[in-house]
Amino acid sequence: MAALTAMERGLVDVSRLSWMTTKLEAALGWARKYSIFQYPFVTACCGMEYMATACSHYDVDRFGAGFPRFSPRQADVLFVVGTVSHKLAPVLKRVYDQMVEPKWVVAFGVCTCTGGFYDNYATVMGIDTIIPVDIYIPGCPPRPENVLDGLMKLQEKMQHGVKATLPQGPSARPAELLASHRPEEHL
Amino acid sequence: MSENLSLSALMQEQFPQWVLGTHQYRGDETLLIKREGLLEVCRFLRDDPRTAFNFLMDLTCVDYLTFGKRLESMPTTATPSPLPYFMKPKPVTEQWERTGDRAGTIRAGDRAGNILSGEEVSAAAGPPTEEVPRAAERAAADGARLEVVYHLYSHTRTRRLRLKVPVGAADAVVDSVTGLWKAADWFEREVWDMFGVRFEGHPNLKRILMYEPFDGHPLRKDYPVNKRQPLLGPTN
Repeated sequence: MAALTAMERGLVDVSRLSWMTTKLEAALGWARKYSIFQYPFVTACCGMEYMATACSHYDVDRFGAGFPRFSPRQADVLFVVGTVSHKLAPVLKRVYDQMVEPKWVVAFGVCTCTGGFYDNYATVMGIDTIIPVDIYIPGCPPRPENVLDGLMKLQEKMQHGVKATLPQGPSARPAELLASHRPEEHL
Repeated sequence: MSENLSLSALMQEQFPQWVLGTHQYRGDETLLIKREGLLEVCRFLRDDPRTAFNFLMDLTCVDYLTFGKRLESMPTTATPSPLPYFMKPKPVTEQWERTGDRAGTIRAGDRAGNILSGEEVSAAAGPPTEEVPRAAERAAADGARLEVVYHLYSHTRTRRLRLKVPVGAADAVVDSVTGLWKAADWFEREVWDMFGVRFEGHPNLKRILMYEPFDGHPLRKDYPVNKRQPLLGPTN
């Protein structure tokens, strides 16, 4: 005879326990946001600012993001840092696909947000055309303070469990990034 | 003394059938070579003790399709490049000395600067050379739209030399110099990838910067610069 659980014996009223799951999710969100294992997918000059942010002066370790993991299986945030070319795009997609849920993507630098100042045969005009992006950090390269601001916004997202699910492309970009990047239009 | 060796004179004497023209400018020498003689000329330059060019510094290509036809592609002293909107023209203060039999003269056709053009220098200095036809005419003429450029350096003689091999776009084939200088390997792959010049005898001639499914040669002037051929995602 299987022993009945306390719930089945009618001693515990389940309908009044939903606060427990919300508290559980909040706790999970808290745990995730303060233990970021980023995959620094660094390709270009933005890598220098990534390194500057990660090192002692600006110190990303105080956010709990001090340990990068260069394996997609062990990482939860994919920092795409620097220009992605069309030759590299399938590699990026593959790395993203190999990551395990829950995962987030940060587009670091204008080259990954919108293509940057490039408009040529080789550059992907924004990685959100290939993989879903959660945070866009513009800048060429972005200041470390800018990066930390983006990181904190990412932490808010993690706390609330919000994730991008589909490659959204240019239509889902923030308004500031939709401004045209052709120089003659700014003169 | 190797410092006084005129490579132009030496090469004209050794290979009169291959040298199309020479050019000297303040110690820099350039030879224009026929593509059939490239391997022979390069082997001589590498092996001969007077020249001893043991080091291939660079191997690249130029596309002259629009040379001279667009203002921004060929600025001259008479028609300099247009300045960007935030700049004002700077008054020219440089004055260059004329040497040789033209010392102390000012030519009537000079604009501000007395800048000597390449043709004047090569005419005034060194042994008489064949006229190097202007690039625009060469490009218009059959078989010279592309030019493969080699930069050679000699460690023992500390001299540099530039070789230029005009090649037509229709049959862009040149001998590979990987047998002479191993450094040519990746440079030639880049030239194949970007310009479409095949190198006969290259051990592994495939694309190096672009990917195999890419169609076309992007650094040619007739490839639209922002035409993308993505493997993934929209063409954006």
